[in-house]
Amino acid sequence: MSVALETLRNNKIHPKVFALVTACVSMTMLFAAFTSAYVVRQAAGNWLEFPLPTYFYISTGIIILSSVFLHGSYTSFKNGKEAMYKGLMVMSALLGIGFVICQVLGFYEMEAMGIELTGNPSGSFVYVIAAVHAAHVLAGIAVLTVAMMHAFLLPFKPTPARKLRFQQTIIYWHFVDILWVYLLFFFILQQT
Amino acid sequence: MAYVLEYDEDLLIKEQGFEDHFHEHHHGDKYQSSFINTYIFSMDHKMIAKQFLITGIFWAIIGAAMSIIFRLQLGFPEENLAWLQPLLGKWITVSEAGIGTLDPQFYYALVTMHGTILVFFVLTAGLSGTFSNLLIPLQLGARDMASPMLNMLSYWFFFMAGLVMFLSLFLSTGPFSGGWTGYPPLSALPQASSGSAAGMTMWIVSLVLFVVSVLLGGINYITTVLNLRTKGMTMWRMPLTIWAFFVTAILGLLSFPVLASAFFLMMCDRGLGTSFYLSEIFIGGAPLDNVGGSPILYQHLFWFLGHPEVYIIILPAMGLVSEVMSVHARKPIFGYKAMVFSILAIGFLSFIVWAHHMFMSGVNPFIANFFVIFTLIIAVPSAVKVFNWIATLYGGNIRFTSAMLFSIGFVSMFISGGLTGIFLGNSTIDIQMHDTYFVVAHFHIVMGIAAFFGMFAGIYHWYPKMFSRFMNETLGKIHFWGTMIGAYAIFWPMHYLGLAGVPRRYYKFDTFEAFAHFGEMNKFITVAAIIVFFLQILFVINFFYSIWNGKKMKTKNPWGATTLEWTTPIEGIHGNWPGKLPSVHRWAYDYGKDGIEFIPQYVPINENESEEH
Repeated sequence: MSVALETLRNNKIHPKVFALVTACVSMTMLFAAFTSAYVVRQAAGNWLEFPLPTYFYISTGIIILSSVFLHGSYTSFKNGKEAMYKGLMVMSALLGIGFVICQVLGFYEMEAMGIELTGNPSGSFVYVIAAVHAAHVLAGIAVLTVAMMHAFLLPFKPTPARKLRFQQTIIYWHFVDILWVYLLFFFILQQT
Repeated sequence: MAYVLEYDEDLLIKEQGFEDHFHEHHHGDKYQSSFINTYIFSMDHKMIAKQFLITGIFWAIIGAAMSIIFRLQLGFPEENLAWLQPLLGKWITVSEAGIGTLDPQFYYALVTMHGTILVFFVLTAGLSGTFSNLLIPLQLGARDMASPMLNMLSYWFFFMAGLVMFLSLFLSTGPFSGGWTGYPPLSALPQASSGSAAGMTMWIVSLVLFVVSVLLGGINYITTVLNLRTKGMTMWRMPLTIWAFFVTAILGLLSFPVLASAFFLMMCDRGLGTSFYLSEIFIGGAPLDNVGGSPILYQHLFWFLGHPEVYIIILPAMGLVSEVMSVHARKPIFGYKAMVFSILAIGFLSFIVWAHHMFMSGVNPFIANFFVIFTLIIAVPSAVKVFNWIATLYGGNIRFTSAMLFSIGFVSMFISGGLTGIFLGNSTIDIQMHDTYFVVAHFHIVMGIAAFFGMFAGIYHWYPKMFSRFMNETLGKIHFWGTMIGAYAIFWPMHYLGLAGVPRRYYKFDTFEAFAHFGEMNKFITVAAIIVFFLQILFVINFFYSIWNGKKMKTKNPWGATTLEWTTPIEGIHGNWPGKLPSVHRWAYDYGKDGIEFIPQYVPINENESEEH
């Protein structure tokens, strides 16, 4: 526990959670910049239209499901249901890995369509934006791995400190989930 | 006649203070128990502030020395520079006659590095990194930052960014040389110039590390300001320094990720063969494969950071100046709320003016109008601030300390530089002015010199808080007057050069008939720059000498200030206050109220007081 946090009084939101939300704002700005660049470049013409790979739709379903499972795991943790907590968390992490695999398969699908990374920027943008997003999901999987180590190595005890840690984990996981849903809608809406 | 209020500060904090049970825990084992965690991997915000400051000073010396070398080239293009060969090696070519000349390629590298170093490493990290870290917890009455760990990482990411940039100076192909803005295609193609090869790769890696540092710092500053204020410290009682650092952190948090995305696309273009910024380019007669990219896209992304960045630089300076000025004029800051709202307005407007850097890039003139209008509107909050500073000085009982002199100098610089901004903000006048020395003069005065003056004011004023000793005042005054006169001597003539159309970034002008007669003026500028450089060395000597040998600080509150940082023990302890945290009962600017010279923030409101803030 850091020093400064001990001065905490009656805050509605814990400073650590607040700091994480602030970090999510800056990550949102990163993707807002990418998608704005996409819009600006698209408006300039010479833009190749192509359908999004089907794997992207499958991956969207997977990541939403993963978020739901992790939320279930958190609720079980708070209510003292140990087996549910562990099981749902593992499922959620596996689905996270499944999401990344689907994204990679989606890249192969794009390549099979003839949309290459170095071709028209319309394709390059999809590759780069999806890849940077997948990197954020990988970071999330790392966080989930730590959470699983807590779940399986430590005795089951829903202390405030562990609740807080779990809360941070789900905030980040929901964030990358919502981010992908935004990106998918963005890609669909930009197709004319 | 003002009299000094008698009170027992320790007793007041004991009676009124906030008990956070800080000292019932043991921290000694984790904090400041060895040399390494006290001075190197420190998690104490006061030590991290000093680390930022001293690293900033290191970079300022390098950046300024670079400017002296290229000023020598501009002022004395025919002069023998062979004496620089031991330092610059192969970048000085010595002819058979023994005349040494600066390599033109390296001249561009010097200009580029000067800009990058000063903008990012000195005036962003060195200025807001130092004072946000030092003052946010101390002035808010917090034990430390919200996350001391992230705070430490913020410094070490900055250090790594600096290390990568420093190593790039020694590459055989030279550091990046395409201008501090790094416009493609020059920066995106390794074959475009020797500096665009490994030099550019390291430049981009360094700046990505720097972005991480700024974001980690910013997250911490925002969280601390919103969550860790002591009892009674409402937002409207915060000193203007904190308001400035807070808005600065928000600007950084929203704009630096955009720079990261610009760099990421650039890396793809450089390394993976994509065409985000490249289109139909011929190198050595052969066409490249890249088709369909837009170099203007990079400019939009870059300046979306780039413009807020200049406010990231100037807002902390404004905050420091407001605070220092009020303390040393012994008057409340004039128009506190107007000052806060103008900081917020400047922060907001900074996001919708970026294309005024791109008037000559082929932006649609109708869109340019939009940016002209918002650019000129920034003059309104800026003028409000200038008016308030002058009104604060008016009728004040001014103490002309070095800190105060630099604050007043700041206002002078900000007015001079701000006025030329109105010229440049007009897209029509910009057709003539863009890329000339007029632009160089404008931004050096308004965000270079002015930000430095704010920083110097802050250093002279808070030096006792950092090192428990004072800097030498006589040397400080020599430093001020020399720099004040010298800075104008350097940059004032550049306005004339610019109006005459002399372009910036040129290696030499003697082959241009139109500019050849400015040779003497360039000499004058160079001589002034050299003098000012040595005055800064004087400051650095004063700074380091005073750490060990300066006049000792005997009382906790030497300036008679109202803010909380002056209630902490002289030696500066971990957790900042030995017992309870002080609680706050009033705003930070109760000077000369009811005939009392100053009333610190932790003194409860007296029932006979005239008005409350």
